Amino acid sequence: MEVPILKQGDFLIATVQAALTDADLLHFRAALIQQVVRCRSRGVVVDLTSLDVMDSFALRTLREIAQTIRLRGAETVIVGIQPEVAFAMVQLGLKLEDVTCALDLEEGLANLSYRSSSGA
Amino acid sequence: MTQNTGNAAAVPVQEEHGGTAEHLRTGSVLLRELVAHLRENRTQLREEWARRITEAQLLTAMTKDEIFAEATSVYDNYVEALETGTFEALQAYARNLSERIIPRGVETHEVVGIVLLLRDVLARSLFAKYQADFTKLNRILDAYEPAANRIANTVAVGFVQERERIIREQQEAIRELSTPVLQVRERLLILPIIGVIDPQRARQLTEQLLRGIRTNRAKVVVIDITGVAAMDATVANHLVLTVEASRLLGATVIVTGLSPEIAQTIVNIGVDLGKMNTVGDLQGGIEQAERLLGYKVVPFSEPRSGT
Repeated sequence: MEVPILKQGDFLIATVQAALTDADLLHFRAALIQQVVRCRSRGVVVDLTSLDVMDSFALRTLREIAQTIRLRGAETVIVGIQPEVAFAMVQLGLKLEDVTCALDLEEGLANLSYRSSSGA
Repeated sequence: MTQNTGNAAAVPVQEEHGGTAEHLRTGSVLLRELVAHLRENRTQLREEWARRITEAQLLTAMTKDEIFAEATSVYDNYVEALETGTFEALQAYARNLSERIIPRGVETHEVVGIVLLLRDVLARSLFAKYQADFTKLNRILDAYEPAANRIANTVAVGFVQERERIIREQQEAIRELSTPVLQVRERLLILPIIGVIDPQRARQLTEQLLRGIRTNRAKVVVIDITGVAAMDATVANHLVLTVEASRLLGATVIVTGLSPEIAQTIVNIGVDLGKMNTVGDLQGGIEQAERLLGYKVVPFSEPRSGT
């Protein structure tokens, strides 16, 4: 399943719309990083609102995405994690350390513009 | 007079002793006789019982008059239960009595103690009455003992059940009262935790907080644990999990009100609270939260500023 990656000003918005297989995840990772390079984006929002399960591989991939994008000089914000998913994740010890999270898309974009304006 | 009727009834009873049905019938005859005896000597036995209660220093939370009044009604209910063989009335009375005396601090051993005392007082009076006729005494006791045991059982169980019901009700009340998630400012929530945290409550607390973060679109949460007396490793770990889960929803958590003892415990346990944002008291926590949110509190006379 393809994940649409939209350009919005200086930022990219990727909305995950259904549970992804491992192959989908790897494909998504490659596509997103490529887009960041091509669009010279300063930030990426990954929206997980419609996900109701999250496995360790997905989590690791997200962490890798965030780290890779940071090396490109951009920031990543993960938004829309459901309360149940969040609690299940911490209970299973799946952590998203050093990755910024926000409540929803609006918050994520606000966070990115705040950080890029203060960082610049 | 009583002695006469008692002895007169005793003769045919002894003769009738035989088959099982017959045995049961003589049992009920004996029980009737027993009840008549207890009714006859009501005043004296009741006083004796009340005296023994005071002597044994039971029911110290109640006055002498109260003990006597309760003793009277317990006695009457006791005799009635013996006579009818039904325990509903006694059960209801035991429940009612428990309801009245539990708030006054009457303990289980006291209630069991007074019922056993009554049993003892009555048995002694039976011994005194039938000491001349050992066979008859034996058969009277055969009728009396099982009923008396059941009565003691009923009262004790009624008392304990009532106690448990009260405890359950209170637990529920505490559970419902104790986990409010309050919004104090736009995007700022406060979660005051009071009392003991068990795993079930901790879970409920976290769920409520996460839901609150989403519905109120909170950015900062202040968890105040001033009212938590003690904290063990499980609860401390759960706190860490809650903080982490809140972060996944984009909210920053500030923990306030760690008492010196809890701080010490946490350090000793070795729970990693390094990633946690802690401030001494609730006021400090709210002030820091306001700073994070870009609020600035100014005196009323000046024009308000802030976002």
